[in-house]
Order: sequence, then C-alpha cells, then structure tokens
Amino acid sequence: MRKIRTLFYCIGQGIRSIWKNRVYSLASAGTITACLLLLGVFYFVIANFNYAVESAESLVGITVFFEEGTTEEQILETKEKIRMRAEVADVVYISAAEAWENYKAESLNEELSATFGSDNPLEDSASLEVSLSDVSMQKILVRHVESMEYVRKVNHSESIAESFDGIKTLLWIISISLIAILVAVAVFLIRTTISTGINVRREEISIMSIIGATDFFIRAPFVVEGAIIGILGSVLPIGILYLVYGEVIRTLKEQFDSVFTAMNFIDRTKIMQQFIPLALIFSLGIGIIASHITAKRQIRKIELQH
Amino acid sequence: MAADFDINREMSKIEAPVISFEHVSKEYQKGIAAIEDINIRIYKGEFVFIVGSSGSGKSTLIRLMLKEILPSKGKVFVAGREIGRLRKYQVSKYRRSIGVVFQDFRLLKDRNVFDNVAFAQRVVEAPERLIKRQVPKMLSLVGLMDKRKSFPNELSGGQQQRVALARALVNNPVILLADEPTGNLDPKNSWEIMKLLEDINKRGTTVVVVTHNQEIVDSMQKRVITLRNGRVISDEEKGRYRYAKN
Repeated sequence: MRKIRTLFYCIGQGIRSIWKNRVYSLASAGTITACLLLLGVFYFVIANFNYAVESAESLVGITVFFEEGTTEEQILETKEKIRMRAEVADVVYISAAEAWENYKAESLNEELSATFGSDNPLEDSASLEVSLSDVSMQKILVRHVESMEYVRKVNHSESIAESFDGIKTLLWIISISLIAILVAVAVFLIRTTISTGINVRREEISIMSIIGATDFFIRAPFVVEGAIIGILGSVLPIGILYLVYGEVIRTLKEQFDSVFTAMNFIDRTKIMQQFIPLALIFSLGIGIIASHITAKRQIRKIELQH
Repeated sequence: MAADFDINREMSKIEAPVISFEHVSKEYQKGIAAIEDINIRIYKGEFVFIVGSSGSGKSTLIRLMLKEILPSKGKVFVAGREIGRLRKYQVSKYRRSIGVVFQDFRLLKDRNVFDNVAFAQRVVEAPERLIKRQVPKMLSLVGLMDKRKSFPNELSGGQQQRVALARALVNNPVILLADEPTGNLDPKNSWEIMKLLEDINKRGTTVVVVTHNQEIVDSMQKRVITLRNGRVISDEEKGRYRYAKN
C-alpha cells in the first residue's frame, strides 16, 4: 500500500515537473522522437534487406552435373553422401528425362519439341539440386562436391549475403553514427530538463533531505520524469512509422513493379512487433539513465550546499 | 545488513547524554577550523542555548548533528551512537527523529499551511489517515488551526515560524534543533516562539536553540553554551549571554 502510494506520488511529481518545464521537456521528447524516427527508418531498411536476402538465399543452391556414362545408381549414391552433410537442407535428383521435360515446358513450343521425337538432347544432364541450410558454407560444400567421384561440374553463384555484406556494413555504420549523435543530444537535453526541474525545487529537496526523506524518494520523481519524457518521445515515431511503412511498401511495389515484385517485404504487423519493444527500451533507457545520473549528482550538490 | 537507526529505541537503552560531541573539530578549508576540540554533552529533556557571534561555529554544530557534514576530527554521538558511522540508508531514518527550524522558515510557497506541515509526513511516506490526524494536532499546538488554508505569503513572520515549528514537530522528534528561530522576528513574535519551544521542551523533547538574542537568553534562565572562534568558552546552567564577542 505504502509503495503504491509512493509510486503515485512520484508519478504525480514527475508529471508536475514536466508541465512546469514543458519547453525543455518538449525539446527532450522531440530529440528522442528524431532519434527513434532515424532508428526506425534504418531498422526497417536493414530488416527488410536481410529478409529479402534470406528469402533469396533460401532459393539458391548448387547444381551438380555428372560425367558421361554415370549410372542413376551412382548418382543416387552421391546424392545420399551429399545429403548427409550438416549444411545441406535438401537434395533433389533430376533425371535426364525430367530435365528434358522441364526444358521443353519452359523454353520450347509444342511444334518445336515434337521435332525431337523420342530423342533426349540432355541425355547426360541428370543432376542433383542441393539447397543449403547454411549459405555461408556454400564455398566449402562446392569444394567438397567438386572433389567427389563422377562429378563433372558444380554450378553455383556467389552467396547473395556475401555480395551485400559491404552495403549492410555501410548502412549500419551510417545509422549507428547518426543515432549516436542524436542520443548524445537527447541525453544533453534530458539532463538540462532534469537539472532545471531540480533547480526549481531546490528548496523543497533541501527540506526533504533534512526532514528524513530517503534518497530514493527524493530522486524517484525525476527518474519518473525522464521515463515519461522517453515514452512521450517514442509515441510519435512509432505512430508515424506504422502509418508510413505500409504506404511506402505499397508505393514501391506499384511504382517500381519490375524491381520489387519479386522482392518480399516484412509484414507491417510483424515488423512493428519487433520495432516497438526496441523503441521503448531505447527511449525509456535514455530517459531513465540520463535522469538518474543527473538527479543523483544535482541532489547531492544541493544537500552539500544547504 | 545493519538495523535501521531508531533513536527512540536507542534512547530507551541509555540514561544520557542524548547528544555528545567528543573532541570535535571541523575544517572546511585546510588549516582553517570552524570549530575546534568541542566537547559538549546534552542530556535528554534539556533546553540548551548555543550562543556566539557570527562565524563562531554555531551552525556547524547544527550541521554536524544533522550529519550534513562530518567532523574532521573527533566524534558526534546521538543517543549513544556515533552518527558518523551511520550508513547512507540509515541517515534518513535518523533525521526523522530530529526536528529542525531555521531562521528563514523554509516553507514551500506553493503550498498552504496544512500541506507544508503534511509535507514532512508525506516525504517519510506516512499514511494519509495519520497525516489527517497529526497535522491538525500540530497546528492547534502552534495556534494556527484557523490558518490551515493560508499560504506562507499571507502569514506574518511569527506565523510562518510557527508553521515551521509544526512541521518540525509533526513526526514526533526526540530532539528539536532551532537555528536562529527568532532571527527574522520582532520581539513579540520572538517571545511567542520561545514560549512554544519551552512548552515543547516541557513535553519531553530535547531542545537546542542557536541564537543571537541576548534578551531571550538572559530571561529564560536555561543552560547556555557560548562559542568563540570555534571553541566552547563557557557552559553554564541557567546561564547568561555574555561571552559572545570575538
């Protein structure tokens, strides 16, 4: 009961203080908003980028072709050996007949394919299509398969992840640098806000200390103030990003049909479920830590000056 | 973990003194002593004046008793316990047992009389029902029940000091420290405050008054400790204000 009363007291004092210093409070919350907007934009870009790469990678595998005269039995034996490897998700055997049927269906019209009769120009094109559970192991797997008996050729593309590693790193560096600057500004503004609030209540704090209020009781309203500023600062960017994200994805798909039709974007609900906790931890963290440190230092000063 | 410091419990274990300074010195700057080798013993239920001119070290004694500062040398005991050894979390509990009034009243201007007194209970997280019972009792004691809704700027200096006294007493302190309580008051109000302090003392509270007011000290015939240049130069039962000049 006593703790609940104290909690309400601290929240009440925190709100009162925010209202009294509303200009500074607004500036602090505004900086957190800017931080989170930037964080959100970069987070969404990078999360979608990773998602697209992962989706693409799940489709990518290697194709193994065999030397002329290799029997189906030998191919299936090789298939089993490959399938046993940890990095391999699945291996599908495509016989020469299936390969020819697939080719005909994809590339030849009926008239043209009829001219081949029962001939199979892809007689020696039976293959194994290997998909990986861990694409980072692709190079090692290719090297291993190439050294296997009966194997003529292994088709593979460089990992998409590897190709985009540089871009991802650059995006991270830019976003972290910008966020670090904004965090520094937010911390500075919150400290100024809390310091102003403490100065306004200097007399009250000095009396509280002499009367026997605990450090927690004196400091808590300011930490609550910081936390509220943090939460206030996070509401707007979460709302904006929620509204804008869906629109941007829709526009991208409509305007740049050829580029983005094949590309998958993370569903709005799903990405917000990831982003909201991150945003709240970030904004609350800045608010609480900055206000706690400031309150501790300033209140100690007041106690010594009494 | 050490137990909380409960002055009532500690006092029940001992006879006296309630406050004791043993060879206490305090230097704010190296080589410049605010007080030097102070030895004072104040017993339970005593009414003590501490007199001396500005800079004689009177306020330093108050600050040491509140554990706002620590002695450079020596030890301060309250209820038999060295307060310099109190842990930070014990200090707040300790201070609840000491009421303090200041020359400048230190009232919160944005709160009315009732809330100023209740403030002392709210910050120690007292239940609201206790506040509603205790605050009117204290306001009646200092004769300000009818002013409970007034704000400090609507009160005279004497009335403001009485509010400060009610606030100091509302948590039932064992010791009341008054730092120049009549410094900003006219003679009539000064006497009213001193009478109140005397009444409070008669109820069993140990009262320590730091003052410049010679007329009051001479008239009240209480124990007088005189400081000069940070040293005790006299300590008399039923003393007079006479050695204060530096």
